[in-house]
Amino acid sequence: MELLQYVLDNLELLGTLTLEHISLVSVAVGIATLTGVPIGIAITKNESLAKGVLYLASIIVTIPSIALFGVMIPLLSIFGYGIGYVPAVIAVLLYSQLPIIRNTYTAINNVDPALREAARGIGMSQNQRLRMVEIPLAVPVIMAGVRTAVVLNIGVMAIAAYIGAGGLGTLISRGISQSDPRQLIVGAVAVSLLAIVVDYALLALQKRLTPKGMERDATAA
Amino acid sequence: MIRLDNLTKVFDTPKGAVVAADHISMDVPEGEICILLGPSGCGKTTTLKMINRIVRPTSGKVFLDDQDTTGMDTQDLRRNIGYVIQQIGLFPNMTIEENITVVPRLLGWDKAAYKQRARELMDMIAMDAEAFLKRYPSELSGGQQQRIGVARALAADPPVMLMDEPFGAIDPINRAVIQDEFLKMQAELKKTIMFVSHDIDEAIKMGDRIAVFREGRLVQYSAPDDLLSAPKNAFIESFLGEDRALKRLNLVKVREVFSDDLGTVRPDDTLETALSRIDDFGYQNAILMINDRNEPAGMVTRAVARTTRGYCRDHFQAAPPVARLDDDLRKVASQMFANDTTWMPCVDDDGRVCGHITQRAMTHHLGSRYRSRSEESAALRSQPAGKE
Amino acid sequence: MPIRSLKSAGRWGLAMLLFAAGVWAQRSGMIGEFAYYIPDIRYLAVQHLFLTAVSGGLAIAIAVPLGILLSRPSMSRWAESLMQVLNVGTTIPTLAVLALSMSFLGIGTTPAVFGLTVATLLPITRNTYVGLKGVSPALMEAAAGLGMSPAQRLFRVELPNALYVIFAGIRTALAINVGTVPLAFLIGAGGLGELIFTGIDLYDTVMMLSGAIPTALLAIVVDALIALVAFLVVPRGVNPARA
Repeated sequence: MELLQYVLDNLELLGTLTLEHISLVSVAVGIATLTGVPIGIAITKNESLAKGVLYLASIIVTIPSIALFGVMIPLLSIFGYGIGYVPAVIAVLLYSQLPIIRNTYTAINNVDPALREAARGIGMSQNQRLRMVEIPLAVPVIMAGVRTAVVLNIGVMAIAAYIGAGGLGTLISRGISQSDPRQLIVGAVAVSLLAIVVDYALLALQKRLTPKGMERDATAA
Repeated sequence: MIRLDNLTKVFDTPKGAVVAADHISMDVPEGEICILLGPSGCGKTTTLKMINRIVRPTSGKVFLDDQDTTGMDTQDLRRNIGYVIQQIGLFPNMTIEENITVVPRLLGWDKAAYKQRARELMDMIAMDAEAFLKRYPSELSGGQQQRIGVARALAADPPVMLMDEPFGAIDPINRAVIQDEFLKMQAELKKTIMFVSHDIDEAIKMGDRIAVFREGRLVQYSAPDDLLSAPKNAFIESFLGEDRALKRLNLVKVREVFSDDLGTVRPDDTLETALSRIDDFGYQNAILMINDRNEPAGMVTRAVARTTRGYCRDHFQAAPPVARLDDDLRKVASQMFANDTTWMPCVDDDGRVCGHITQRAMTHHLGSRYRSRSEESAALRSQPAGKE
Repeated sequence: MPIRSLKSAGRWGLAMLLFAAGVWAQRSGMIGEFAYYIPDIRYLAVQHLFLTAVSGGLAIAIAVPLGILLSRPSMSRWAESLMQVLNVGTTIPTLAVLALSMSFLGIGTTPAVFGLTVATLLPITRNTYVGLKGVSPALMEAAAGLGMSPAQRLFRVELPNALYVIFAGIRTALAINVGTVPLAFLIGAGGLGELIFTGIDLYDTVMMLSGAIPTALLAIVVDALIALVAFLVVPRGVNPARA
């Protein structure tokens, strides 16, 4: 009851924090998509480069987010951005690279060689093959990577409240420091719900973006 | 139309250079189907794929219509060559219509033109445009997909087609149907076709010429009948199989072997006449009875003719199976075996009796090729093996 | 040999970076300040590893049998819907898991271990289940046809064939675990997070880095360790890493 009262009293704050959370994550993942997809496509041309890039990206992901913030803050404070949303957005950008690059790379690489040969034999240029065949076939898998990145980073962004990035994590951090279970629980539940809802929404989007003839494959994957 | 001039491909592998195709030179005349035949790894597919540069030649040239293709833009070259592969390779993200209009769209046709073309193509491959154009490849059976694959290759009406084991992944029953359909289509379209196969029966059925490959070399290039009757060396003999003479039955039509010297009786003839004709023509058991439209009507046997009096029309047995002039000898031989007979009457397109065909005539016809070539092939066989 | 050149380029780059960082650290007198924190780092690192070991060990001990249980044919009625719940569970941010755990269990090591275990549990259970379900039906039929008992089938056929997928789950889960352990400080369980969070609060760069760098190194080492174990334990015939 107490919780419900708190939620009702603070609806506006909750809305603001949720929007802040969503916009920070989506801006960062959006930029990450713009970099990750081209990188993922580019490294299909060179296997050893691909190994190196994926290895690097996987190392970055293993670094705990708070440690990454810790390392980034002194570096960014040189430019005056040590605390706030900048290190958070950069961290999200970095974490997003692995799922997006890896999925793009795998999807493009896994396009049936027969299709690639058919496309070549028909006389498609490399760009046409990418545009008409390879990317459309890869879209569902790339979207799955974006989805993983978004869900992962909703959690990262919650932690970023501790470096002053804002978002729903603010409620949790305040709840802990003020020993206020209402803020703590509402913040935790809100962030969880946000992750779950966004996950479903992106799954729906992923299905819509799947080329029609491949629906059967995509749901199996 | 297609001319290969010393086409060579050397692959660099970790184990050293491998010569996949070794100075292949050959010529496919316009409107013919040339089958590249051989065991796997013999270089037939490599040779085919060098024509549209899926595999880049190490040396040698490809001429299409007497034009050297070496300087041509790769994409332009490919868009003017139809290409069908065993795995079909329909794009799963495109509808059937989008799939078969890919090349016209790449070539920049306008929408009305390629839509129209899609319908023509569906007619050509005997599939219902309304039912299929909006569907996706995953909704079609293997046989239907391969028909679409052929339609896609034909879309821009290329004069030349390359087909890499196009019917290899289809079950035997459907394969025969698609082969027949394809031959019917080819009779009208008269494309110049290079066709890779490892199936000797398919090669004999589809090919105007057959090129047999072994270890990167072209061993023999000739018409199917010449290949079967005069294999150049022991490798080809063993590849064609012990029963290669039987395979030639496929290639010979009744028209080439039948004799028009046939004794018959009419329903109104007496059995006495029948008996004397049986004796005159030297038949063992029976004589054919034909009606007034010259169609086979029945058989009158020697036993009946000798012991009974009366007219043929009252004492005949059922008419025997007949051979049409366009049937191949394989079908005829099969019917002879099934009916335990050594001869069959032949009928023309209108069903009128025009002669007969005997087992003796068939074996004689097939055997004559071997007799006339025996000296020649003995000479070939005595050549040193390296010159194959 | 492009691989070698890329690797060596990377190594060179790293060495240069370390050198530059060293020079910078020396000039700003940081090395000395770091030395000040060494006893703290040692103490907190032990706490940190303890949290990881206990919660990770508990999670494996619970999750693998749970995954096996769910994959049994008799459980198939509930297994799929339970998996759905687990899938939703994995999307919940770990900070939220810890926060919820704290709001019910209070402050200290217990809620931290509980929260960490729950967060670690989910991916392992899921991969165990998926790995076992993914064993080819033909293999199972062959095993049954050879007269293996259900237990024999599980231990001789199913688990060895699913091991690679199970280890992938353990690796993911422990990466999450190690990434979450620093947050355990927030609910009073100590660990290297103490240096990081306190450092952030006090704008003390050296303190922050003395927490962040060991935490990052620890995460990378743990990940590499599990990869190594998986490499050695998973049978060669079904181990893509050794193919």
